[in-house]
Amino acid sequence: MFKLQKKEIIDQSSLYTVPLIAIGCSLIFVFILFLLIGKNPILAIFIIFIEPLLSIFGLSELIVKSTPLIIIALGLSIGFRAGVWNIGAEGQYTIGALFGGAAILAFYPNNGIWILPLSFFIAIVGGILWGMIPAFFKARFNTNEILVSLMLTYVATLLLSGMVYGPLKNPDGFNFPESRLFHDSGTLPIIFPGTRAHIGFLIAIILVGLMYYLLKKHKFGYHVRVSGESPRALVFSGRSTNYMVYLSFIISGAFAGLAGVIEVSGPVGQLVPAIPVGYGFTAIIVAFLGRLNPLGIFFAGFLLALTYIGGEAAQIRLGLPNAITGVFQGVLLFSLLAAEAFTNYTISLKKIRGNI
Amino acid sequence: MQNILEIDGISKSFSDIQANNDISLYLRQGQIHALLGENGAGKSTLVKIIYGIVKPDHGTMTLNGKPYDPDTPEVARNEGIGMVFQHFSLFESLSVLDNIILGQKENLKKDKILERLDYLQNEYDLFIDINKIVATLSAGEKQKVEIIRCMLQDPKIMILDEPTSVLNPSEVEKLFSFLRKLSDQGMAVLYISHKLHEIKELCDTSTILRGGKVVKSCDTASITIEDLAQLMVGKAIDNKVKLSEPKQARVLDIKNISYTNPDIYGVSLKGIKFSVNFGEIFGIAGISGNGQTELMKILSGEVGTSDGNQILYHDEDISNLGINERRKREIVFVPEDRLGHSAVGGLSLSENLLLTNLWDLKFFSKGVIDSNYVNEKTVEVIKKFNVQCNDAASLASSLSGGNLQKFVVGREIIKMPKLVVCEQPTWGVDVGSASLIHNFLIEISNTGSAILIISQDLDELRSICHRIAIISNGVLSKPYDANRITPQDIALEMAK
Repeated sequence: MFKLQKKEIIDQSSLYTVPLIAIGCSLIFVFILFLLIGKNPILAIFIIFIEPLLSIFGLSELIVKSTPLIIIALGLSIGFRAGVWNIGAEGQYTIGALFGGAAILAFYPNNGIWILPLSFFIAIVGGILWGMIPAFFKARFNTNEILVSLMLTYVATLLLSGMVYGPLKNPDGFNFPESRLFHDSGTLPIIFPGTRAHIGFLIAIILVGLMYYLLKKHKFGYHVRVSGESPRALVFSGRSTNYMVYLSFIISGAFAGLAGVIEVSGPVGQLVPAIPVGYGFTAIIVAFLGRLNPLGIFFAGFLLALTYIGGEAAQIRLGLPNAITGVFQGVLLFSLLAAEAFTNYTISLKKIRGNI
Repeated sequence: MQNILEIDGISKSFSDIQANNDISLYLRQGQIHALLGENGAGKSTLVKIIYGIVKPDHGTMTLNGKPYDPDTPEVARNEGIGMVFQHFSLFESLSVLDNIILGQKENLKKDKILERLDYLQNEYDLFIDINKIVATLSAGEKQKVEIIRCMLQDPKIMILDEPTSVLNPSEVEKLFSFLRKLSDQGMAVLYISHKLHEIKELCDTSTILRGGKVVKSCDTASITIEDLAQLMVGKAIDNKVKLSEPKQARVLDIKNISYTNPDIYGVSLKGIKFSVNFGEIFGIAGISGNGQTELMKILSGEVGTSDGNQILYHDEDISNLGINERRKREIVFVPEDRLGHSAVGGLSLSENLLLTNLWDLKFFSKGVIDSNYVNEKTVEVIKKFNVQCNDAASLASSLSGGNLQKFVVGREIIKMPKLVVCEQPTWGVDVGSASLIHNFLIEISNTGSAILIISQDLDELRSICHRIAIISNGVLSKPYDANRITPQDIALEMAK
């Protein structure tokens, strides 16, 4: 049978080669897939992965889509490094959107430069509160944070729907389940006129730099790395493991909540039940494809954003189903895990013997 | 007597480390053959090759005159080679009998096993209640289970890896008489150890490894312990620094430590009391798993304790303080596990230096790590404590056990603490490094620091401590004077 053995020495270059191999394998997979369903694979790959990069519109949409992915993935990477598995960023993102959106609506139709910062703050608080629920149960009762955080995503989605169908519904909206459109003071400024690219992207860049600095130079980043390597050493250094659980959920909750309010005050411009579109889950792939490194996450965020835009283009131009985006993302995560397993482990073939 | 196993010119390297370099060794029938060497000398690699876990790069082996090249441990067992590992591979929650049956080939019937078991127990004095759950056994009894499992395979050669590291003195005696009996019956024993007096007492031939090569193979009777040690280390071992008399003033005064272990197989501590004076080295002896780890964690503050515990340090009760609050009071801690506890393998030495200094504002400016200062301090530890490594950026996992231990001990001692609490400071460390670490501890105690050592190594405690107490099943004995304590005292306290 096969046997996996952990390698004692892991090549440092695997930091770069693993994501590249995974991307390569995924491309080969979709190539074969397109061939099997009778589409021209070269054309399809061109439309999905190259064409969006050739127009101003494509690039600006890339900025719009990558912003929430990068911000959420940055927050998640802290927990993933420290060994705390927040799978519910989608829920924290939804609550951030709901809290932030509700704050903006509350000040309608008042104007003021303070409205956006305040709503950002409230959104961050919302994301943190939603993240605190799995953190508390993990720290207090040692429940599995993966399950609790994931389940709360569905609660968050329903909560958003309930609010949009109910108290936050647009009074002049002919009973459609959506909020009022945000007024100017509740909408993010655009950085490139004529596109949807908004200043949320600049916030993402600043956060990438901040995280990079904190992880490398600050005591906080040191604790995160020690926790990921050995929880016992973390306790020996003077921090409890519960400290890390709370800290991870506070940061990932805050980042996801921020991404939520940026999305509603940016491209969406109102609260609708379809705010959660899976960014919180895709961000998990972004975090790992970026090797939990802020700079890596920045580039990985762009690649995954490309699959959203390219997938839509392929839907229109080639009549491919929308599922192509999900298929590619899934294959990418799968290849990434496989590539990582092959770099960290060696496989030895063993003869099958009569007894165990 | 004829050679049963011949090893000719075995070499094995792992990436750039030559673990075995042209090793030859001959094992005769009825021989108890010692395989000696420091950590990293290549003992375990050689044994793994014999037992079929590792394949050699070069060289041949001959078993009973036939070429022998095992692919798996199963082949080795079928060829009559039995192995008792240092770390037990038993299922803790199953009974002794279940564990024994699980270790056997499938086709063996239970009655057959019971019959053989009966014979073995009578013939070799290996009595043990086969219905007991393994988790409730002492380390010595667990080793007995491992030996019985091995004996059921009817081996011709028995390999034991550091078998006495978990045994108390009377258990060691029993093991030795068992091994002598095997040898009388013509079985060959390969005995791996670095405890020289044991080898002198038990083994008739010794092969000494250093740096992957055989330095000498000789009759044990014809060589002194000092010469053996020198061959093993390669250079003369420094003489011990003299221990000075402690003052009669208490640094640490433990009025009471009680602790109920939440783990049902764990040990609970019951009313532990002792004190350590200025300039004193106080030893806590005992076989592992008798509450040492729990005591260590309570002393360090990693585990919180219930009310009623009182740990007085300079007359202040520190039992409710966290580990960094205790460090601020110039207490340092060196727990047993190097990798994963007192150091992190995936981090560099300078990052590891920070692990126990996070409370110290000198290493930070507004929370940002002052990497120059950290590096400076790391280089200081490396130089002063003779840590063999590339530089401060080397990963902790790239250091040998002895060097990493010198680093984690040095990291604490360099602070000139008032109280050192360490557990197994020389566990799995080569003789040269162990003697250096002992000297560091003695030197700092001579400057007035109080030192508490929790260790299973009685020789270590007797050679560097002023007083020794024995922990058994969570209860600490009265302290004995280290010069007057006898093996009988220790065995008696351990059996309580």
